[in-house]
Amino acid sequence: MRKLPLLSAETRQFWTGGEFGELRMHRCEDCSRFFHPPAPICRYCSSLNVTPTPVSGRGRVVTFTINHQAWTPEVSDPYVVAIVELEEQAGLRFLSNVVNCPPDAVEIGMPVTVVFENVEDVWVPLFERAA
Amino acid sequence: MDSRFLEKNVAITGIGQSEVGRPSSRSAMQLTVDAALEAIADAGLNPKDIDGVCSWPGDNSNGSSFSPVGPLSVMTMLGLTCNWFSGGYEAAGPLAGVMNGVMAIASGMANHVLVFRTITESSNRTSGSKDQGLAAKSGPRDGNFMWQWCTPFNVLSVVNITAMYAALHMETYGTTPEQLAQIALTTRRNAQLNPKAVIRKPMTMDDYFASKMISTPLRMFDCDVHCDASTAIVLSRRDMAKDLRHPPIRIEAIGAAMNQPYLWDQVDLTANAMPDAANAMWARTDLKPADVDTAQLYDGFSILTMMWLEGLGLCPKGGSGAFVEGGHRIALDGLLPLNTNGGQLSGGRTHGMGYVHEACTQLWGRGGERQIRDPHVAVCAAGGGPLAGSLLLVKD
Repeated sequence: MRKLPLLSAETRQFWTGGEFGELRMHRCEDCSRFFHPPAPICRYCSSLNVTPTPVSGRGRVVTFTINHQAWTPEVSDPYVVAIVELEEQAGLRFLSNVVNCPPDAVEIGMPVTVVFENVEDVWVPLFERAA
Repeated sequence: MDSRFLEKNVAITGIGQSEVGRPSSRSAMQLTVDAALEAIADAGLNPKDIDGVCSWPGDNSNGSSFSPVGPLSVMTMLGLTCNWFSGGYEAAGPLAGVMNGVMAIASGMANHVLVFRTITESSNRTSGSKDQGLAAKSGPRDGNFMWQWCTPFNVLSVVNITAMYAALHMETYGTTPEQLAQIALTTRRNAQLNPKAVIRKPMTMDDYFASKMISTPLRMFDCDVHCDASTAIVLSRRDMAKDLRHPPIRIEAIGAAMNQPYLWDQVDLTANAMPDAANAMWARTDLKPADVDTAQLYDGFSILTMMWLEGLGLCPKGGSGAFVEGGHRIALDGLLPLNTNGGQLSGGRTHGMGYVHEACTQLWGRGGERQIRDPHVAVCAAGGGPLAGSLLLVKD
């Protein structure tokens, strides 16, 4: 059970790349840096030449928490919320969940790989422990 | 100090606060009137003297319990004629109403500004009303600039994010859960001396560790407690403040900088925007962190208080755990008395303005049983993640 994001011109590629097995992050074609959240302009160099670009989907857990509070009746079991930094660039990170392992197996620094959960027209990028 | 920093021409001249209920039977508007009239009378003014009204976040969400009353309804209720008024969420956190009022006076837009903040999250919870935070996030699709990156991952409260800050602080600096607990224990101890605090039962370290885990490593006692309350202050032109009831409390400096993206996972995860605001504040004064006699720091979640201690330079970066160890430095009779009314963890989530009210209470020597010894300089700070604002107050 997940609340879904509104897909906008800027965010659609992030949320739907999973249909093609791709995690797509916005990248500046001029300064070559990735940035997040997606926007029509590079926040580092102000270039308008930006493109959603597939990345490896590999990263590491920067920090995480195990949520115990049952915020809604539908989601009552403990789950892991993590901030994952992608291997492409220092500081390129976003908040997600670590899935497919017991919550207490997750550690800071743990290598992870993206997996997608499809709900309606959204492919939510989640992470699991890297093989 | 540079005369460009015009906040020094502004002073706090009165404070007021409604009852702090958990819940209160009084309406949001009644609580607001209670606080406003008390603050105006405390300054030695009457409502007709008020020519400006500011609040953060104002009536930002259709009467939501997070902020059910805004400046427009207060102006209307009190029959004020205002030269300046402002409310709105997009500003430097819960102290932004004070900053907007200060800037209105400093720029000559007003002489006496009422700043207030009303919150009714307690009665909202107990009434099962639909407007509570979670339900408000349960619409069909999330397009909010910040929340759209959180709710798809079942992050429905920023507790999960502040918990990740805490986990990283522990990993990076070796901060221990026992050290973190000192924020909850200290505020509870102080709350026992504050008749208006909403939770006054003694708390031991064992009680802390027995409290429910919400989101590792944060427990229920690391999270502030809902209440129904309104808190108000009167800001006045300093040259008009001298003849009022109390010695004016000068706005020595304000800090409102944000040099990072506005997203809770994109900010510096061990510092947040706190040093941005704090450094901007210290750049506007000759005073130093060592001059501070008491700190009233945001404790929506305990880890944020620890990060504010560091961000403001009241202890070294990464050193807040050692600083609060054992609790003696931050106790009422310690080096730096912290959240002397019980903060939001035990005093009640008045959400920002309570810190200013308490700082003034202490500076004016009106703290009763919890009064600290002869304070002259107080720092107030509020916010977490990408939102941060701070105020330095000096009793003239």
